[in-house]
Amino acid sequence: MSAYAIIFYLLGALSLGVTAMALCSRVLMHAALYMVVAFATLAALFLLLGAPLLAVFQVMVYAGAIMVLFLFVIMYLDRHGQGQGLPTNVWRWAGAGILALLALVGMVALTSMDASPPLELAQAAPRDFGALVMGRYWLAVEAVSLLLFAALAGAYLLGRPLAAQPPKEDRP
Amino acid sequence: MIVPFEHVLLLAALHFLLGAAAVVARRNLIMLLLGVEVMFNAAALVLVAGSLRWMALDGQAFVLFAMGVAAAEVAVGLTLLVYVNRIATSATLATLAGPAAAGEAVDGLNPDTHSQLRH
Repeated sequence: MSAYAIIFYLLGALSLGVTAMALCSRVLMHAALYMVVAFATLAALFLLLGAPLLAVFQVMVYAGAIMVLFLFVIMYLDRHGQGQGLPTNVWRWAGAGILALLALVGMVALTSMDASPPLELAQAAPRDFGALVMGRYWLAVEAVSLLLFAALAGAYLLGRPLAAQPPKEDRP
Repeated sequence: MIVPFEHVLLLAALHFLLGAAAVVARRNLIMLLLGVEVMFNAAALVLVAGSLRWMALDGQAFVLFAMGVAAAEVAVGLTLLVYVNRIATSATLATLAGPAAAGEAVDGLNPDTHSQLRH
């Protein structure tokens, strides 16, 4: 087992454990902070698997922007401690666990565990990556930019103060 | 030499199942969105590993686009969540079904609210 394999298994175990801690946490703020660590370990995995630019983007976009957005919303909504202390349902967790176990058994059965030789170490040069994205996939870049603009406009529309909106029909 | 491709697949599968289990079991809408993010990341891990396995950069390009989609999804999802929180009292699945169901779910009497999502 090479040093890279040891690093991979350590990082994998760390990211799995941190993700599980995040998703089982009762306190939303703790969950968000655990997720920051999970995204950082995934960025390290990306770096190990030969995607340095994606590792940087993972830290910038996920651990930076997206989790800050989550933290803002948690701090904005959870002023009165709502969303905490709700009873967790044991049966739903049991159902989810059984579902996950069945799916895992299926996946392990479908993939033989030592079928292929270990992956070779390689790094994608950011220059080549950028040339590919801006060359062959320019249309997808434009589509994503349109999508982000649509999301911006939609978020602005939904996020206006309620008084600024036209009156709606009575809610039940 | 790192590890066989299948080990990366297994790690990504475990991540995906964690996210899916959170989406199924958690009631808080923020935790639902976090579960979706975990599933996005599992898919990204598979794409990056496949990119290394077949020495083609297309997988990494696809991860970049998936990140853009995930960012848009989180922005709109969190805005919807804030909107729900304005017109209701708390941001759980039950509040989407109406005030009566929300009261029941908070009391723990009727936690089985997923069937009411279609309203």
